[in-house]
Amino acid sequence: MTTLAVNSPAAVLQPKRSTLVLRYLRRNKSLGFGLAILLFLTLFSITGHLVADVNKLAYPLAVKPKQPPNPLCVFDSTMKIGKNCFVLGTDFYGRDLFAVMAKGLGQTARIGLLAGVLGTLVGTLLGFTSAYFGGAIDTVIRGITEVLLPIPVFLIQVLIAGAIDKKSVTVDTMALIVVMLAWMGPTRVIRSQVLSMRERMFVNVAKLSGMSNLEIIFKEIMPNLLPFLGSALVGQVFGAIFASFGLAVFGLGPLREPLIGNTVYFAQYQASFFNGWWWWPLWPSMALILIFGALTLIMVGLDEIANPRVRRSE
Amino acid sequence: MSTPILQVQDLQVTYYTDAGRAKALDNVSFTLNSGEKMGLVGESGSGKSTMALAMMRMIKPPGRIEGGKVIVDGTDLVTLSDGEMLKARLSKIAYIPQGAMNSLNPVMRIGAQMTDAIRAHDSSISNSAMTERCMQSLESVDLKREVFKMYPHELSGGMKQRVCIAIGILLKPKVIIADEPTSALDVVTQRQVMETINRIQKDLGCAVILIGHDMGLMAQSMDKVAVMYAGKLVEISTVRQMFTHPFHPYGQALIHSLPNLDNKGVLQGIPGLAPSLLRIPSGCAFHPRCSKATEKCMVVTPRLQQQPDGRFVSCLLYEEDKVTA
Amino acid sequence: MYLVRRVLFLLFVIWVTSTIIFFIPRISPRNPIRERLAELSRSTGYAPKDLEKIVQAYNQKFGLDKPLAQQYAEYMGSVLRGDLGPSLNQYPKTVWELILEALPWTIGLLISTTLISFVLGNMLGALTAWPKSPRWVKGLMAPMMMLQGVPPYLLGLLLIFFVAFRAKLLPMGGAYEIGTRVSFTAQFIFDVLRHQLLPGLALVLSSVAFWALGMRGMGITIQGEDYVNFAEHKGLGAMVIFRDYYVRNALLPQVTGLALAFGQVIVSGVLVEQLFGLPGLGGLLGKAITANDYFVIFGIAFFIIISVTVLMLLVDIVYPLLDPRIRIDSK
Repeated sequence: MTTLAVNSPAAVLQPKRSTLVLRYLRRNKSLGFGLAILLFLTLFSITGHLVADVNKLAYPLAVKPKQPPNPLCVFDSTMKIGKNCFVLGTDFYGRDLFAVMAKGLGQTARIGLLAGVLGTLVGTLLGFTSAYFGGAIDTVIRGITEVLLPIPVFLIQVLIAGAIDKKSVTVDTMALIVVMLAWMGPTRVIRSQVLSMRERMFVNVAKLSGMSNLEIIFKEIMPNLLPFLGSALVGQVFGAIFASFGLAVFGLGPLREPLIGNTVYFAQYQASFFNGWWWWPLWPSMALILIFGALTLIMVGLDEIANPRVRRSE
Repeated sequence: MSTPILQVQDLQVTYYTDAGRAKALDNVSFTLNSGEKMGLVGESGSGKSTMALAMMRMIKPPGRIEGGKVIVDGTDLVTLSDGEMLKARLSKIAYIPQGAMNSLNPVMRIGAQMTDAIRAHDSSISNSAMTERCMQSLESVDLKREVFKMYPHELSGGMKQRVCIAIGILLKPKVIIADEPTSALDVVTQRQVMETINRIQKDLGCAVILIGHDMGLMAQSMDKVAVMYAGKLVEISTVRQMFTHPFHPYGQALIHSLPNLDNKGVLQGIPGLAPSLLRIPSGCAFHPRCSKATEKCMVVTPRLQQQPDGRFVSCLLYEEDKVTA
Repeated sequence: MYLVRRVLFLLFVIWVTSTIIFFIPRISPRNPIRERLAELSRSTGYAPKDLEKIVQAYNQKFGLDKPLAQQYAEYMGSVLRGDLGPSLNQYPKTVWELILEALPWTIGLLISTTLISFVLGNMLGALTAWPKSPRWVKGLMAPMMMLQGVPPYLLGLLLIFFVAFRAKLLPMGGAYEIGTRVSFTAQFIFDVLRHQLLPGLALVLSSVAFWALGMRGMGITIQGEDYVNFAEHKGLGAMVIFRDYYVRNALLPQVTGLALAFGQVIVSGVLVEQLFGLPGLGGLLGKAITANDYFVIFGIAFFIIISVTVLMLLVDIVYPLLDPRIRIDSK
């Protein structure tokens, strides 16, 4: 029952943009926390690329490295590898797990971003056309999404990945496989949002004032869709990494690459726990848990922006 | 006149928001005798609904009842324990909600929503007696007995509002607060619902507080009218006094803003905006919009005082017992 | 009328899916028979000279040399008659035999974990959104948010590490102790349960979080509803309001979600079975994919899509019993 009075703009000092963002993140804890975790992982990966020769060390080695694998490591006089050389240990194939993690994080991010952006683009485009123009286009697009929705997409992804010749699977084909059947989510969300927006006053006002379809889409509807687009994008990235992990665990990933999912697969394949190499699957598992956890937190945080109703729950 | 059934004394409610403290109810006092009907009017945000919620002890954080008494039939509700307050709701004081459209649980039959209310107050009553009481209650608001077995979506808006009234009178409360009970209904249904409320009130002999904007409705069926402004009562008078000769300048402005047959087509609003409860003007809260305001009004806060003709007014114009119109 | 339309739609979904899962493995450049023979010759050290001839013979036997369209028509016909064909990799076993062997394990694990997590998750979610809950209950939300996103496979891996590998409390994998015989003795059943505990926990943990978050969202919406407010005005106790007014309404969309979530549950289940080396559908599918065993892949995928659609239909039938408003609309 309280009505908030409008502050006079002159009285309020406008703080810097960055301060505002930080202040907002402190309030929206899940978003802030999720972003912080992602930042940490990114920094880890970048550091790894900088200090170690990941393109060599992350792949099976035929011979012992002639140079220290990273700055922490110092060769003693007999050219033997010292104690600090492999901070995260090595695996059965002689790979430096630190380099594997650094390289793998980068590759995982690549799959996530590639598939995420593509899926969101396709989904948004379809959802938009479907909702904004309606009619036959809408019927077709909606029909296809509705038929595909109940199908466990992962099953089909597994089949596709299994059908492809193992040697030709790369990080990028993996992303394509994942995205092929993953645009339905954004299509549905965007479609329903545009539908509800199309009925709202401001779009009608824009129409009456003689704006063209494209103008309305980009000037009136798009800005209001942004939180949903952001949330859809993060959801797609999450889905892509999730699916690629599932495929990798089935041994369907690009096996030569140190993708994080592949590392887990190989550790399992070599029965690492039975053999006592507990650290081998542990690092990639923790990295994945951090990735998935962070993305979920970000989605929750974005939801808070998109649906203010969820905001005040305490 | 009998002894008052409802005495509200110095009731205070504050909302603690991010933007500061908002005094939603500021030392509100009034009394009501059983059988009396009082209308409560005021602009949106003036604290009408807060008053209803405070009397039901349903103010939720960040709001808090800071002090005062709500004495119903000799019991001060503010001092009751939470458990005792649950029992007092519906049996001493009942609330008929504003949005009757959504006030009934969509997945429960009407009967179940009536019996659970009785059961909460009387765990020993037999099922058949309970059903019978619900049926009677439904009939007394002109609903068929079959409604007992129906779901909310099978009823019209007016019927749902009647069901809410039927629930409100299940335990024969001493005081009924109806929060804009007719706001979402069409004019014909509005009239029928008001007639039902009037009849119920006569049958039970309880006191009724009707919250609303509709001055016409108030004039037709209320005995008294109380005017709220910025969390305070500014005038309480009989309907006749209010409509023929309001004292408080805000009351006067309200009455003048009503359309009437003499000045057809000339609608007068009240200049200015209702103040934010976060920054209530000093002195008399109405002074920035008051045509009769003096310098004193900006400094001195008027108190609600009884006038020689029995009404209560909170305005400096009347504080020195100089009754001038 | 509505149900008929729904059944037709679901049949259409089944047809589309089976067409997709029929063609994908067959347009692959891989040939399961040649791979199987190559594997055999690797393990036995005996390489037949006329390998191609044998491959040809087998292709003919299974009808794989016919044009795809003809294969499709014939196979779909036999599927309609309930025959999913033979396994290419484990011939002469049929696909049905393999599925039936694996099924009890998968059903036992998935149904029990789904039910447990649905009940537990919704309870937790409702409680965390309920304003009168104690603080520590609301505090459960933060770990839930993290857990929701973590695939059960990874949780399983961590459970294996901490519970089985480090603390040695439970076995690290397998369906029962190696060397015991499958029987219905109390001892054997106890052994099986012990082995199911970790995979079950891995599945439950993340889906509990999923249901809890969904329920919490609904719960927060419902709390603002007028009928919950009016229930308080009626003087009802917190328990009654919680049960009849709040949970009953918040639960409705969750029930609809159950059918769709089941698809995800199956996928997670398949992966977890793979991780723990359980003899369920997951293990079977893993093997079939490695060997590109067309018929088994089709059989399992077909079976999964059938169970998902049947569950969707079931929810459609049950839902009106829970929500009286639907009954009127569908008439």
